[in-house]
Amino acid sequence: MNPTRQRRLTIIIAVLAAVIVASALVVYALQQNMNYLFTPSQVQGGEAARYKTFRLGGMVKAGSIQRSNDSLKVTFTVVDASGDMPVEYNGILPDLFRENQSVIATGHMDGARFVATEVLAKHDETYMPKELKDAMAKAHSGKHIDETVNQDKPSP
Amino acid sequence: MTPELGQLALILALMLALAQSILPLLGAWRGNRALMAVARPAASGQAVFVALAFAILVWAFLHFDFSVQYVADNSNLQLPWYYRIAAVWGAHEGSMLLWVLILNVWTVALALFSRQLPEVFLARVLSVLGIISVGFLCFILFTSNPFGRLLPMPADGADLNPVLQDPGMTFHPPVLYMGYVGFSVAFAFSIAALLGGSMEQAWVRWARPWTNAAWAFLSCGIVAGSWWAYAELGWGGWWFWDPVENASFMPWLVGVALIHAQAVTEKRGSLRAWTILLSLFAFSLSLLGTFLVRSGILTSVHAFASDPRRGTYILCFLAFVVGGSLLLYALRAPKVAGGKAFALISRESAILIGNLMFTVAAAMVLLGTLFPLLGDALNLGKISVGPPYFGLLFPLLMLPVVLLLPFGPYLRWGKSDVPALKQVLVRAGMAAAACAIIAAFFVEGQLKAIAGVACAVWVGVGVVLYIVKRWREMPRGRRYPAEMAGMLLAHFGVAIFLIGVLLSESLSVTRDVRMSPGQVAAVGGYEFRFDGVTQTTGPNWVAEQGVVTVTRKGAPIAVMHPQKRTYTHERVQTASAVDPGITRDLYVALGEPMDANHVEGAWALRLYTKPFIRWIWGGGLFMMLGGFVSAADRRFRVKRDAEATQTITTPVQESQA
Repeated sequence: MNPTRQRRLTIIIAVLAAVIVASALVVYALQQNMNYLFTPSQVQGGEAARYKTFRLGGMVKAGSIQRSNDSLKVTFTVVDASGDMPVEYNGILPDLFRENQSVIATGHMDGARFVATEVLAKHDETYMPKELKDAMAKAHSGKHIDETVNQDKPSP
Repeated sequence: MTPELGQLALILALMLALAQSILPLLGAWRGNRALMAVARPAASGQAVFVALAFAILVWAFLHFDFSVQYVADNSNLQLPWYYRIAAVWGAHEGSMLLWVLILNVWTVALALFSRQLPEVFLARVLSVLGIISVGFLCFILFTSNPFGRLLPMPADGADLNPVLQDPGMTFHPPVLYMGYVGFSVAFAFSIAALLGGSMEQAWVRWARPWTNAAWAFLSCGIVAGSWWAYAELGWGGWWFWDPVENASFMPWLVGVALIHAQAVTEKRGSLRAWTILLSLFAFSLSLLGTFLVRSGILTSVHAFASDPRRGTYILCFLAFVVGGSLLLYALRAPKVAGGKAFALISRESAILIGNLMFTVAAAMVLLGTLFPLLGDALNLGKISVGPPYFGLLFPLLMLPVVLLLPFGPYLRWGKSDVPALKQVLVRAGMAAAACAIIAAFFVEGQLKAIAGVACAVWVGVGVVLYIVKRWREMPRGRRYPAEMAGMLLAHFGVAIFLIGVLLSESLSVTRDVRMSPGQVAAVGGYEFRFDGVTQTTGPNWVAEQGVVTVTRKGAPIAVMHPQKRTYTHERVQTASAVDPGITRDLYVALGEPMDANHVEGAWALRLYTKPFIRWIWGGGLFMMLGGFVSAADRRFRVKRDAEATQTITTPVQESQA
C-alpha cells in the first residue's frame, strides 16, 4: 500500500468509527429523552403505564384549580371528552393557564395522581396544539369533541 | 384600492422574477449576451415592486386599514405605531413578504457589487436567485396573500400577540431573515458553479464576504432572539432547544462549517465539492427554518395555525430546491471536485475535523427537531424529544472543536510542523489548569463551572498568544488584516461564550416562592424584599406592577419592577425585571396572585440570580462582529485579472506526507 492509500484508509476508518460512536450516542440519547403525549382517558386505559415520564395533554376542568394556603402547590384536573386526571404541580403556572384551556404537563404518575414538573399552555388562547388535537381526536374517534376548543383560527 | 395595488405589485414582481430566472439561464446556455443582460434590470425592477408591496402593507398598518384581513388580525387602534410596523412581520403572510423583500435587497446588492464576475457566471447566479424568488412570490400569491380583504370592515382589529410586543421583537425577525436569505448567495454561487462545470478560486473569494455577512446576521438574529426569550418570557432561560430555535441554529452550525470550508477552497483549492455541498445544506436548512417557524407543523411557542395548502406547497418547494440541488450536485460535482492534497497535521485537516463536528451537530439537531414528525408519520405515537437529548450530545460534539481551536491559526496550510503546536499546548494548557484550580476555590466544587473556566481560558489564551505572536513577528500594518482580525474576534467570542454558558448554567440560583408584602427571601447571597403590587398602565395595557427591593448584606442594590400586563382582549403577558451586571444578573418575574380577588396580598414570584449570563450574548456579539469584520476585508473586493481568468485545472498534486 502506498502512503496516500494508507492515509486515506486511516481517514476512512477514523470517520467510520466516529460515525458509529455518534450514532450509538444519538440512539441512546433519543431513547432516554423521548416523551410521549397521552390524554387522560388514554392514561386511564393503561396506555402510559410503560413510561415513567410522559406528557399529559387535555383541558383544564372548570372549577378544579385548588391552591395551597402556604406554598406554591396547586392541583387541578385535566380532562378530555371521556376521562379526567388530577394533576399536582409545585411552581408558577404559565400566563395562559386558565380554566377550559388546553395544557400539556410533563411529569410522572404517583398513584392515581399525575405529578407535573412542567406545565405549558399555548401562546394563542384559542389555538389548540395540533399534536394535542390529534391525540384527543384519536382517543375519541367517533365521539364528539367540543367545537369551541377545536377551532384552528383565532376568533375575530 | 391601495391594498389591491400591493397585490398588483406582487404579481408584476412575479413576472419580472420569472424573466430573471429563465432568460439569463437560457442566455448562459446559448451564449446569448442579450438574454444574459436581462438579469440585472429584471432584478432591480422586481426589487422595486416588492418594496412597493411591502410599503403598501406598512402603510395599511399605519393607517388602521382593517378592511385588510391581515391588518385586522394583527393590530388594533390602541397599538403604538412602532409595534404596528413590527406587526407587518408579526405573523405568517407578512413574514413571507419580508423574506422576499430581503432576498431582493441581497440580489440587488449582488448585482451592483459583482461587476468583476464573468458575465455567464453572474447570469447564472442571478437566475438562481430569481428562481428562489419565484418560489416565494408564488407561495405568497397563491396561499398567503397579505392583502386579502375582510368585508364588512371591522371597527377595530384583534391584537398583535403580546409576546411580540417588545423592542427585541421589532428587529429579531428581520435580522434573522437577513441571515437566512444571505445564504442564498452562497447557494446561487454553488449552483452556478455546478451548472458551469467549473469552480474558480476567485469565485469562492467572491462568495466569501457574502457568506460571512450572512452568518454574522444570523448570529445577531439568534442572539437577539435568545436575549428576547430571556427578558420577555419570564422563565429566565436563554435557550430552550425549542424547534424554532433549532430551526435557526441548524443553518448557523452549517454556516460555521461553510465559512471555514470556503476559506480552504479559496486559499488552497481543496475541499471544493465539500464547500459546494455545505452551501446547499446551509440554504436548504434556512428554507426549512423559515417554513418550520410559521407553518404550524411542529408544536412550538412560535407556531401558528395554518391551512393544509401551505404545507403541501412548502413540501413541494423544499423537495424541488433540496432534491434539485442535490441531483445537480450528484451529476456535476465530480467535474468540479479535486484540489491539493494535505497532510494529517495541517490547517486543512483541523478545519475538516471542525467541519465534520459542526455538520454532525447540525444533523443531530435536525434529527431531534424532526423526530416528532417522523414518529407521527410512522405511527409511533405523539413524541417529543426533551432538551436533555440536545444538552447531552451538543457539548460532546463541540468538545473536540474547543480543544482544537487554539491550534487553528498556528497550523500551516498543507503540512504543519509540530514544535510550534507543542508550545501552544503547553502555554494555553498551563494557563487553563491554573485558572481552573483558582476557580475551584470560588465555585464550591461545581465541576461544570470549573470545566467552563478551563475551556474558556484554553481558547482565550490560545487566541491571545497568537495575537502577541503576530504583533512581534509581522511588520506594522500587516499584523492584522481584516480577515484575520475577524477570525480572532470570533474565536475570542467562543471563549467569552463558554464562560457565560457554563458559569451561568452551573451557578444560577432559581427560586419560585410565595411571598406576602414585606416578606424577604434570600437567593444567592442577595435578599429580595417583596413590597406588594401597584396598578400601572401603558399605551395598550394595564398591569399589576410588583415592587421588589434587593439588598446584599443590608446594602441596597436595586429596586425592581416586574409586571403582569393585561393587553387588549384579556391577553396576559409577564414582563420580568432584570438588574443587569457584568458578573451577575438579578431577575424577578411576577407569577400569579395566590388569590385572584386579593392582588394586594401574596404572590408567586420567581427570583433568580444568574452569574455571568450576559457573557453568553457578549460572546455571540463577538462572533457576529468577527463575521462582519472578516467580510469587510479589502482582499475580497480587489479584482485580480490574472486569477480571475485562471481556472483550476491543475492535476491533484501529492504532498510529501
